[in-house]
Amino acid sequence: MGATDKLLAQSLDPALLDQWFDQRFEAKMAEREAAHVPSLSIIATKGTMDWAYPPFILASTAGALGWDVSVFFTFYGLELLKKDLHLEISPLGNPSMPMKMPFGPQWLKDINWKVPNVVMAGIPGFEKVATGLMAQTVKSKGVASIDELRSACLEADAKLYACQMTVDLFGYSQDEFIPEIAGWIGAASFLPQAQKSDVCLFI
Amino acid sequence: MSTNATQTLDARGMNCPLPILRTKKALTDLAKGETLAITATDPGSLKDMQAFCKQTGHELVSSSEHQGEFEFLIRKS
Repeated sequence: MGATDKLLAQSLDPALLDQWFDQRFEAKMAEREAAHVPSLSIIATKGTMDWAYPPFILASTAGALGWDVSVFFTFYGLELLKKDLHLEISPLGNPSMPMKMPFGPQWLKDINWKVPNVVMAGIPGFEKVATGLMAQTVKSKGVASIDELRSACLEADAKLYACQMTVDLFGYSQDEFIPEIAGWIGAASFLPQAQKSDVCLFI
Repeated sequence: MSTNATQTLDARGMNCPLPILRTKKALTDLAKGETLAITATDPGSLKDMQAFCKQTGHELVSSSEHQGEFEFLIRKS
């Protein structure tokens, strides 16, 4: 027992002191929790149109909820920061992707066209067609475009970081990307930030 | 839709998370205490608006559903 503890034990009822501490601790913790701004860090690594949605939906929604948001775009994810977004989807090797017509009568829209990989791989322009159909579906279902979600992220002051190493690796130049990029950084800069986040996701 | 709201937002036909993003945007243009009436068709918006208001501190004055449309009234805090 330290000197302070001895003094306190002599002058105060320890049970009362415990009670006071518990109450004070609860109040302080509640105060801190109320003042705490939640934060989200995302590592976005994929550059297809379908995989562009999860990071941008989560980041823009967190921004709307008033959270501090940062997204680190690395490898193919860097594609999502280009000035001109030309994102495509590839149904090849993805058995979970439904292949449905976005137009025509309902019975036609309901058919899931199971196209074998070998056929998809052999038809030139198959991915262009699939991308076109997906874009059409997105529009008709009232789902936001990637451009719109990215703008919402920027409006909510989400920090969008680009991985400098990937820029060098893929031979990109910085002017191919949107000017709002918060920084050209590496893993060593992003990790300490992610460490302090309440939510950290790798997508 | 409530006619006595300061501003209205038509979020019909929009899917997650657009109703929330548009609501947030519309609220920034309002002054404290003013109200926003939102109409949406996204069934997820019912829970999303509750969560949005709980997180941001705005008051969800009312929420209702009829004939597949959801109506919300939010007072800016």
